[in-house]
Amino acid sequence: MSMDLDLKEGRSRPSLLSSFLTPRAAAASPAILTVLLIPGLVIVAAFFLIPLARVAVEVGNGPEGWGTYLLILTNARYLESLIQTLAMSAGVTMMALVLCAVVGLFLVRNRFAGRSILIGTLTLPLSFPGTVVGFMVIMLAGRQGVIGGLTDAAFGSKLVFAYDIAGLFIGYLYFSIPRVILAVMASAEKLDLQLEEAARSLGASRFRVICDVILPGLMPGLISSGAICFATAMGAFGTAFTLATDIDVLPMVIYTEFTRNANIPVAAALSIVLGLITWACLAAVRSFTGEGKSLPVRGGA
Amino acid sequence: MRRTGVFYAQLGLTILLCLFIVVPIVMSALAGVTVNVFQGLSSGLTLRWIFEVWDLYASSIFLSLWLAIACLFVTLIAGVPLAYVLVRKPGRATRLFEELLTLPVAIPGLALALALLITYGGVSGYRSSWLFILTGHVLFTLPFMVRSVAAVMSAMDMKTLEEGAASLGAGFWRRFFTVIVPNAKPGILAGALMVVTLSVGEFNLTWMLHTPLTKTLPVGLADAYASMRLEIGSAYTLIFFVLIMPLLIAMQILANRGSKPARATAEDK
Repeated sequence: MSMDLDLKEGRSRPSLLSSFLTPRAAAASPAILTVLLIPGLVIVAAFFLIPLARVAVEVGNGPEGWGTYLLILTNARYLESLIQTLAMSAGVTMMALVLCAVVGLFLVRNRFAGRSILIGTLTLPLSFPGTVVGFMVIMLAGRQGVIGGLTDAAFGSKLVFAYDIAGLFIGYLYFSIPRVILAVMASAEKLDLQLEEAARSLGASRFRVICDVILPGLMPGLISSGAICFATAMGAFGTAFTLATDIDVLPMVIYTEFTRNANIPVAAALSIVLGLITWACLAAVRSFTGEGKSLPVRGGA
Repeated sequence: MRRTGVFYAQLGLTILLCLFIVVPIVMSALAGVTVNVFQGLSSGLTLRWIFEVWDLYASSIFLSLWLAIACLFVTLIAGVPLAYVLVRKPGRATRLFEELLTLPVAIPGLALALALLITYGGVSGYRSSWLFILTGHVLFTLPFMVRSVAAVMSAMDMKTLEEGAASLGAGFWRRFFTVIVPNAKPGILAGALMVVTLSVGEFNLTWMLHTPLTKTLPVGLADAYASMRLEIGSAYTLIFFVLIMPLLIAMQILANRGSKPARATAEDK
């Protein structure tokens, strides 16, 4: 490239003239930088910061005042919903981590025909909306679902669990797998094979190598993808909405309070608490793993 | 390498997981072209449901595509310069701003939508137009564009490139459009694909922000699942898959191409 050539020349012989002609050339002036920032700043300020601040204050103006924020702990129904949502998200996260650690490690370590198709398949639902994920659960475990059909043929009774807690769990797992598997594979690729060789040559059993070498190496990736998975599950709405289960996950409670009961202060307070939980969860992991550059994709929630 | 029992056990689990993902997709695609799902495939294949969906929901499909393009437009204009500043001026203030920028992704869509509704719900002309939904989509997708572009920009030696261009007499805007933007193209492309895919599939925010006259594809899907027969819901889902699959596959190809920056964004997911 001719540009490179010019560059080198300019560097080795920084003539007085050229430096005079282009004062602080490479650095854009503060005025220009401000201009560049304006569109983004306006969007974030007008449509994120102001609305959020407004909502936070709105809660204080409600009938219960600032105490509304405590309702999530004092009201039995909200507390139960919070606990259920936390338990569900934690359970799905654990399950997704275990499955994806085994499968991700396998896909990184082995080369065989059809490998890329398997990887492609596993990451397919990455941006399915939650509603579609819910519909997938119905296809799998609903009244006309595959599992029902198979159990009907085998045992003469239809197994249908799309509409209870198991169905919701399956749905959350469905949209969690793509996110987690990508993160696990990324960190599995960075594992140092020599460490394992060394451990094995020192007589470590397969089990010991997994526990003492592979798992610690994967841990940062598992923790950060687990946090993303957990945060996404906490805020997931579409899946529960489509399945219309009797389990009230927190986003469904917020939705019901807002639309059916028009209880705006409570809905706002609950969503702020929910937002704080997910944000704190992601922020904690980011500070723990250092320069974490992970962005959760929420499309499938 | 000798393939052991462990290999086959892991392969088995992997295939099982793939089936878990793929079987419902295939099932729903088939159901969308089956005459009667309750009788099964033996009732014959038909395109009737697809046409029916088209009659009922074509406007929602077009609105989604339109929103995705508009969202891409806004995120390009706001996101690319933003990424440039974040990479070029690293410091406390930019870090803070970056954190702020990614917050809409960390916070559940429902909460974000609620905040928008409470603040701007009273502005009738705005609330009832597609621009209201666009606002939500931009908030949610902008961080992805910025991250994707910033990843490429910080991998390239922007300072040297710019100094070179500047020493040749190029002013800032000339440098920006003829040196920086072309060099950041892989990141912009990856970000653009991401933004369009996310916008087309966004439900959490959109469900709260939509009006009966501004229904997007995923909103229409929720509507069809709740109130239409299974075949129509399936046919509609099939249309959604046909729309979104090329985008997803393009994203994977881009990520697999091995170019470092594109990889970085793939890991971000």
